[in-house]
Amino acid sequence: MDNSRRKFLKIAGLSAIAGIGAPTAFNSLLKGEVQASTTGEAAAESGEAAATTGKRYGFLIDNRKFAEDKDLAQRCINACHSIHNVPDFGNKKDEIKWIWVESFEHAFPEHSQYKRSEELESLPVMTLCNHCDNPPCVRACPTKATFKNQANGIVMMDFHRCIGCRFCMAACPYGARSFNWRDPRPFIKHENPEFPTRMRGVVEKCTMCPERLAEGKEPACVEAARPSGAMVFGDLNDPDSEISRILKEKFTIQRKPALGTHPSIFYII
Amino acid sequence: MYDKGKIIPGLIVFVGLVTFPIWYGFGRGGKLPVPEKPTIAKQCVLPTAEMRKSHMVLLNEWRDDIVRQNGTRHGQTADGTEYVRSLQKGCMKCHASKKKFCDECHTYASVKPYCWDCHIQPKEAN
Repeated sequence: MDNSRRKFLKIAGLSAIAGIGAPTAFNSLLKGEVQASTTGEAAAESGEAAATTGKRYGFLIDNRKFAEDKDLAQRCINACHSIHNVPDFGNKKDEIKWIWVESFEHAFPEHSQYKRSEELESLPVMTLCNHCDNPPCVRACPTKATFKNQANGIVMMDFHRCIGCRFCMAACPYGARSFNWRDPRPFIKHENPEFPTRMRGVVEKCTMCPERLAEGKEPACVEAARPSGAMVFGDLNDPDSEISRILKEKFTIQRKPALGTHPSIFYII
Repeated sequence: MYDKGKIIPGLIVFVGLVTFPIWYGFGRGGKLPVPEKPTIAKQCVLPTAEMRKSHMVLLNEWRDDIVRQNGTRHGQTADGTEYVRSLQKGCMKCHASKKKFCDECHTYASVKPYCWDCHIQPKEAN
């Protein structure tokens, strides 16, 4: 009797260990799956995979035109901000901006500022979300409120889903994102009833006007700058588009290219 | 049973108190909500029963489809009327009053959707 109880306990113990251990061992043997997931991540990291299919919308900004016509930049900003119900809090600390003017020094800090011409020092650089091909904000977002639209290359935002953690703001090297510290509603001068506002605790940025693109229109800033041709909008993946043609001919620069974010915005200085 | 005289009346009082909300509200459930129907269109995007039950699901589907899946922004009702799949540009074009349509049921059911924290409600005509 004693002996058989001892045997029984031994067998029970062994089978318990085997039962717990087997699935773990089995899982670790599924090497194929492990490898597949790591290669997938590697492809995403290089940022090239998305660009090969579908469209990739981008902008070409000719800053000489903005230097010529000093009011042009403000017209573009007003067009964008009025359409998208962007509030004006009247102070820098709370400022919300989708498109804004930056000094050359701040927009292109990687370029040497030593012995700069006076012309460049006063050059207004039109800046907005770069809609990067490898967007760091998307990797930082814990809720997928901001994501890369694979069909057109837009770094899109779903404001419903934003929890206001501001990881994306820390991740964005271009300062393209703003946070609503206060309720923006009272600070919107003229509400556009066709577009929502945002609420307190939500991050916002340029969305490349998908609501206008769907109607066959250009983004609001491009339309405002249209007569001067200071901003060109188009598909970077289409070799015959206007933007691709100009990019082939002209010398252009991008903001902070060394970071590997692959911006979709090009500048002629 | 000991203390029969105390326990049975005590039970009756207890049951009466616990079921108080049921028999107090019986027969006077309050006025049922009557959301105002639009005059400019006859048919909504889905049958009334479905809209009543799951309009919030539909709104979420529209949003995810348009924002994430590049879905169409336009739809057609069963009788062929075009509509925009949008709260501000679609729904509220027919249901022009938030107060007389949305709030009517939402207040009755004591639900507080956060749509209007961001979306702009149509100007109330009053």
